[in-house]
Amino acid sequence: MIRQFGTAVRITILSIALLGFAYPLGITAIARLVFPWQADGSYLKVKGRVVGSAIIGQRWTQPQYFHGRPSAAGKEGYDPTATGGTNYGPASKNLVASTKAAIAAVRAENPRAGGMPPMDLVTTSGSGIDPDISPAAAYYQAARVAAARKIPLGTVRALIFAYERHRTIGILGEPRVNVLELNLALDRTLSPR
Amino acid sequence: MTLPGWLQAIALFSLVAATTKPIGLYMARVFQGERTWLSPVLRPLERAVYRLCGVDEALEMPWQTYTLAMLAFSAVGFVWLYVLLRTQAWLPFNPQRFPNLPPALAWNTAVSFLTNTNWQFYAGESTMSYLSQMAGLAWHNFVSAATGLAIAIALIRGIARTACKTIGNFWVDLIRACLYVLLPVSCVFAIVLVAQGVPQNFSPYRSVRTVEGYRQTITGGPMASQESIKELGTNGGGFVNANSASPNENPTPVSNFLEMFAILAFAAGLTYTYGYMVKDTRQGWALFAAMFALLAVGFSATYWAESVGNPIVHHLGIAGGNMEGKECRFGVAGSALFATVTTATSCGAVNSMLDSFMPLGGLVPLVNMQLGEVAFGGVGSGLYGMIVFVVITVFIAGLMVGRTPEFLGKKIERREVQLALLALLVTPLLVLVPTAIAVLQPQGLAALGNGGPHGFSEILYAFSSTNANNGSAFGGLGSNLFYDVATGINMLLGRFLVAIPVLALAGSLAAKKAVAPGVGSFSTSSAMFVGLLLSTIAIVGALTFLPADALGPVADHLFVFQGKTF
Amino acid sequence: MIPARRLQRRPKERPLFDTKILAGALGDSLRKLNPRWMVRNPVMFIVELGAFLSTFFWMRDAVRRSGSPGFDFAIAIWLWFTVLFANFAEAVAEGRGKAQAEYLRRTKSDTLAKRMLEGGRYEPVSAGTLVKGDVVRVDAGELVPADGEIVQGAATVDESAITGESAPVVREAGGDRSAVTGGTRLLSDWVLVRVSTNPGESFLDRMIALVEGAQRQKTPNEIALAILLAGLSIVFLVAVATLFPFMRYAGAAPSITVLIALLVCLIPTTIGGLLSAIGIAGMDRVMQRNVLATSGRAVEAAGDVDTLLLDKTGTITLGNRQAVDIVVAEAAGAREAARLAYYSSLADETPEGRSIVALARRIASLPEEAVQPDGAVFIPFSAYTRMSGVDLPDGTKIRKGAPDSILAWTRELGGDGQTSLASDVERVARSGGTPLLLAENDRVIGLIALKDVLKPRMRDRFARLRTMGIRTIMITGDNPLTAAAIAHEAGVDEFLAEATPETKMQLIKREQGSGRLVAMTGDGTNDAPALAQADVGVAMNSGTQAAKEAANMIDLDSDPTKLIEVVEIGKQLLMTRGSLTTFSIANDVAKYFAILPALFVSAYPAMGALNVMHLATPQSAILSAVIFNALVIIALVPLALRGVKYEPRGAAIALRNNVLVYGLGGILVPFAGIKVIDLILQLLHWT
Repeated sequence: MIRQFGTAVRITILSIALLGFAYPLGITAIARLVFPWQADGSYLKVKGRVVGSAIIGQRWTQPQYFHGRPSAAGKEGYDPTATGGTNYGPASKNLVASTKAAIAAVRAENPRAGGMPPMDLVTTSGSGIDPDISPAAAYYQAARVAAARKIPLGTVRALIFAYERHRTIGILGEPRVNVLELNLALDRTLSPR
Repeated sequence: MTLPGWLQAIALFSLVAATTKPIGLYMARVFQGERTWLSPVLRPLERAVYRLCGVDEALEMPWQTYTLAMLAFSAVGFVWLYVLLRTQAWLPFNPQRFPNLPPALAWNTAVSFLTNTNWQFYAGESTMSYLSQMAGLAWHNFVSAATGLAIAIALIRGIARTACKTIGNFWVDLIRACLYVLLPVSCVFAIVLVAQGVPQNFSPYRSVRTVEGYRQTITGGPMASQESIKELGTNGGGFVNANSASPNENPTPVSNFLEMFAILAFAAGLTYTYGYMVKDTRQGWALFAAMFALLAVGFSATYWAESVGNPIVHHLGIAGGNMEGKECRFGVAGSALFATVTTATSCGAVNSMLDSFMPLGGLVPLVNMQLGEVAFGGVGSGLYGMIVFVVITVFIAGLMVGRTPEFLGKKIERREVQLALLALLVTPLLVLVPTAIAVLQPQGLAALGNGGPHGFSEILYAFSSTNANNGSAFGGLGSNLFYDVATGINMLLGRFLVAIPVLALAGSLAAKKAVAPGVGSFSTSSAMFVGLLLSTIAIVGALTFLPADALGPVADHLFVFQGKTF
Repeated sequence: MIPARRLQRRPKERPLFDTKILAGALGDSLRKLNPRWMVRNPVMFIVELGAFLSTFFWMRDAVRRSGSPGFDFAIAIWLWFTVLFANFAEAVAEGRGKAQAEYLRRTKSDTLAKRMLEGGRYEPVSAGTLVKGDVVRVDAGELVPADGEIVQGAATVDESAITGESAPVVREAGGDRSAVTGGTRLLSDWVLVRVSTNPGESFLDRMIALVEGAQRQKTPNEIALAILLAGLSIVFLVAVATLFPFMRYAGAAPSITVLIALLVCLIPTTIGGLLSAIGIAGMDRVMQRNVLATSGRAVEAAGDVDTLLLDKTGTITLGNRQAVDIVVAEAAGAREAARLAYYSSLADETPEGRSIVALARRIASLPEEAVQPDGAVFIPFSAYTRMSGVDLPDGTKIRKGAPDSILAWTRELGGDGQTSLASDVERVARSGGTPLLLAENDRVIGLIALKDVLKPRMRDRFARLRTMGIRTIMITGDNPLTAAAIAHEAGVDEFLAEATPETKMQLIKREQGSGRLVAMTGDGTNDAPALAQADVGVAMNSGTQAAKEAANMIDLDSDPTKLIEVVEIGKQLLMTRGSLTTFSIANDVAKYFAILPALFVSAYPAMGALNVMHLATPQSAILSAVIFNALVIIALVPLALRGVKYEPRGAAIALRNNVLVYGLGGILVPFAGIKVIDLILQLLHWT
């Protein structure tokens, strides 16, 4: 009995040293060496200033930018320190209310878009920091962005097309557009104002 | 439902099937103490560990000692994590200066990781210091999985040995599981995850000004190293609150695919290890087939339910599958697949919010856990859970051929039935009774995130998940003292009230003489047996929960399709 | 001769249900409602508690004029029926056992026994007071008062009361035929018998207790199954009990009566109610085949047997070898050889001798009344000379015997000790026969081929055993050559030649060492250790007391192939349990679909959608399920008593068939049954 506990303590100490310290520190060292940008957080810079992470969605409100999905992360949304979804059940009155509100807001923002917005644009993501929207959601906003930037709709649509990410090897995941990348591309290539 | 969606699942299942044999063979070699290709590097390290810890490699333990060692190790691990969480504020690697955890939450979390559950009543990104994450939680991810593996291996030995008093050495099994199995694969997988975009650093969170000028605090930390073992060890405790839904933990469809594979890989491989060690690989493949069937049916049902989508949302004019709580990069297919995989195993990592799944989409994970997670299951725990079902099936079916039932030559008698039943009884008892207590408690109802049958599903899910040591949640359910304590107790009992009878079963089987198989004894590797096993799982395992599930997800489903909201 | 009570014929004539037994069983099923009795069977005890509670709720509602007392009453009544039906099944099985025991008891008529006191005097005592070690004197015409062993004397005994065989048998002190059974009658002479059992401990007593079921010990397998059933009951108890708070959450107050009904339908009442009846009936079937078993455990073990050891003589072959051929040496004529063979055996009263006489007479066309010349001296067989024969008055010495002995003998008389028949000797031995050489003085005249004659249909029986997964090993004292030939002819899987008690024991241990269960039959004292070592030992009733005590079964008919039937009964016993368990558990699927929608519709009306059977009303749905659950017990009583059909086939086929019938059937039948009952209730306007 005592013997087993003694062994347990010793193995605990030793394995914490190995698995709890050596392992993560070693991985960090290798990651830094091999994939420094990703290991650091995939930060994107504009003119030397970090504007966010490529893998993390951010809050968009201005009409000349594509907007991401509704977010439940933090009070304002898109807070990486408060990730999560709404956890509304499918028969939840809150779900109905929030979806209704999202539909109204999206439709108000995009008066020129025909029809109802796509599903992802009016439902909350799981993480609250979903960096992507569906291509359909991007095209839905194209007219608004074009109008705000006073550029032809076709140009915007072409950019969406260029920035659309496809399924990996044709089967993994879903087609999508990274909102930050698309918006940065907009700023880069189709400088407004 | 889309063709790529199905192909993604088929690709995953094919990959798992293809790697089962090599992984299983490797594990069999490791646990039988044979030389592997990693031995030149790891063997000296292994020996050094034995020397430093005073472990006699050659010493064999009877099941009682094995159990005692397992419990002693778990107890020490619990104390370590509890103390760490209660003192993290004063310790290094805490750039965000997070305070100490309150006692109830520290208790719940320590139990949660000790038991391989990884139920999370906290949000990692705003609660845990880097030290707590890596030396507390991630360390437990390794050793709790290794403990599960050790128990499964002990049970396999019990089946394989005849007239033998011992079932192996817990310390040796534990150390080999960590060193040879979990650590090397975890290292490789962590680097792959970094390549996909998972951060791996010790920097403080970074505050940036976004394109539109908002402030955003971007999280960091040793995420990749923790993420990889979280999946490989079927732990599921996320570095951040949103778990694998967060792009921090799961940035791409590729990482998503690999994480699902990582969850299944060892549990599936273990079926081959089992077949190899009992010297009849068909036995392993039979279990593989049964597990595979459960997984395939589960995925199909979830995928279908989620693809149909929410009629209440459709009524608002929005078409398509259910995307509430799901990420764009994974979509319906990738989320349904992940949800099935994570609950069929004891992982509990999620890449979408299960609470927002369609009722039947959420029913599949729920049933998966109520069955005790045997569709590959947790690393180790899946196999031993399945073998418990096998024992019961053999007992009932064996009688029908007119012989005292035998399982691989071992007669299944009173003691085996008793122990298997004990392990089997735990699940319904520890799911239904706490759920009943919760619905009678003001505190139990206060934490609900949803009303109506869905609220009931949240409670039922919480206790199904904690009892099965899964850790996934209908996240709407909040934390309070009642749930901190109740789910904590539930996780402990769910782990050890199964593990101890299983080890006793191992001891009992090991001591038995083997009977030579003949025409009179039926095969436990035939398609017929797989069918019977599945029927037993369905009827003995699932029927118990049918009334409760009917009042939760089934009622919820009927209401959703009638357009009634709560 | 005293008319034999033919125990053997009686059971086969008795119908499954006998009015007398049924009447007794009805009373017994009421008596068994005593909770102290019921608690032994946890599954049915839960049902009884449920019946109590629902009766209480009915009465309460009836007094208060609230709720639905009519419905409560119907449920309560049918729950009581459920308990009664299960009790009835057990009572019928016990009744049949008791009837069986009555027959056995009659053989135990309490006679006076003459117990020998010190000094050679006798005192009359009641047979029931005899204890082990007492010596009693039994005279012609008296009943043997207790099981025992003859220590002095020899007598003919009528054992028909036990065996049904009317021909008297000889029992004598010493040797393998010294055992007598209580209740048999001495026909001639007198014997001293040492009593070998205490009162109430005789084989018969134990068997009576077993078939009556009163002190029936549950077998290990039965206990394991009972544990499983109790475990499942606990699970369902929890599942149903927790529904109360769950439904409160859903905003409905479920009726306790309905929850009780659901619980009773879910717990495995079918197998729980029939389990003990199956066990008792299994023992009963063993009895009907005139086999006494010490325990149900032994019968179950018989079902597990992998290896069967059978003595060649008397089991595989008829006890005696028969002369089948006479081969003539070149120098002699066929008729001459036959005539000499005839003379050599005329005085030989052994079956072999008689068969030689018959054969020789046919070959030499001798008249029936041909006798040997006056003054001929018969030389009987002795183990030392290993031959027998006759010395004729004219000085001719005729001998027949083992080839090497005969050759040695001719050499002694001046012959060359050679024969042209050497190859024939070899051939006969190889084909499983026993070659005897026949010599006239120093000259070998011919060869008599003796052959073992197989009992009819043995090949079929062994083939049947093989499909059951049982290997047969033939035990024989023959040389390996002969043994191999007979083994081949009989179709046994293996043989042990030149067997001694030691090699027999080694064989059993070897088989057991490789994980097989061994059964054997035996009768001699030297069989006793092997009988004890074997997992299933069947002693012949004609055997010695030592053999009987070592065995765990005694075959009253002394038929060594009876073991095959016992094996089948053992298998049938387990199969019946497994099949009914499967059926019982599979039934739950349909019962859920009947009761759950009815139960939940009060909380969530949308749940009506799950009423896939379209049962008329919630009440009729619940009642139909309860009625079905009760009726299925009574419907399965004949199956429980008779056992499921056993066909010797491979395990895979047996499993498939039983799974289809009892598993799939168990899922489907209640759907139909509950629907039909619901329709009937509708017709009766009961809903």
